[in-house]
Amino acid sequence: MSFFTLERWSPYITGIGIGVLSWFAFLLSRRPLGVSTAFVRACGLIEMHIRKTKVSKNPYYQKFPPVIEWELIFIAGLLFGSFAAALLSGTFRFEMVPSLWASCFGTNNILRMTVAICGGILVGIGARWAGGCTSGHGISGTLQLAVSSWISVIAFFVGGAITANLLFRIFVP
Amino acid sequence: MTYDRSSHKLTQIIPALGMGFIFGFLLQKGGVTHYDVLVGQLLFYDFTVVKIMLSAIVTGMIGIYLMKSFGLVELYPKYGSAGSTLMGGLIFGVGFGLLGYCPGTAIGAAAQGNIDALIGGIGGILIGARIYAALFAYLDKKVLHKGEFGDITFPELLKVNPWVIIIPLSIIIIALFFVFESIGV
Repeated sequence: MSFFTLERWSPYITGIGIGVLSWFAFLLSRRPLGVSTAFVRACGLIEMHIRKTKVSKNPYYQKFPPVIEWELIFIAGLLFGSFAAALLSGTFRFEMVPSLWASCFGTNNILRMTVAICGGILVGIGARWAGGCTSGHGISGTLQLAVSSWISVIAFFVGGAITANLLFRIFVP
Repeated sequence: MTYDRSSHKLTQIIPALGMGFIFGFLLQKGGVTHYDVLVGQLLFYDFTVVKIMLSAIVTGMIGIYLMKSFGLVELYPKYGSAGSTLMGGLIFGVGFGLLGYCPGTAIGAAAQGNIDALIGGIGGILIGARIYAALFAYLDKKVLHKGEFGDITFPELLKVNPWVIIIPLSIIIIALFFVFESIGV
């Protein structure tokens, strides 16, 4: 029981757990784990409610209709799972600016939120452009030995490493 | 990509929710819902992210290809092309470097109280998805299919039995783990 209240698990145990979870996704749900499609469903649903019109004229929403489906329910579970894990180890804490960011760029909330939103927008665009994110391509695709996923995950990390190193090692004020 | 019909039936609500819960729980316990850990990987001093991903890949690869050889599961490799995979991947990477979270870990981080993951991560990614939906028609015609190689897997590409790749790859990955631990990342 005290295993579940630990703040941090071995990355190897965690990874094996995720791998085993993938087995069950393939067996029970006949699909790989993935996250970014849920964001398309969610934003389609939000848009439908705001505009009170069918959004189905958009060809991307024709490909990914704004309905509640597996991935959206999966990320709801993700939210609760992470919350439960944080609660159990007492690590739930409201935080506006992460400590690594603050150590280089200060605790100005507006600055952090602005950069975070810009980053988030690019993550959203990039994930859908590539056809998946670090879960769908980075884990599920690579374990299937899909060429697209191995290229994706390398591109994710090359882009990410260049950006983070520019930010933290070159542009540091 | 839409998967087998069965993933849309009502009976899938419990598996989807349950597996999501376990995934989120594992991500949080693993430490990858923390900005410092994720960016620490990009800055090459904390290899938690790579350790988790590679452990998942070895485990997943062996289990799923074993089950496939018994006809228990199918594969669902994603389509790829230079115009979609490479371009999209790099754009994602830049965003990842700025945001410090990916879609899954942003949700996990928001769930442990990180407001920047909530606003920038969940909010930003939703906006990004909407922007992409607007760009898609154009991109699909002009960009996404340039240099396409489709949904091919490495065993198919190299025309080898999957285990010819899986076994050496697993050995290399496990060797890498020893390297990481000895360097102390």
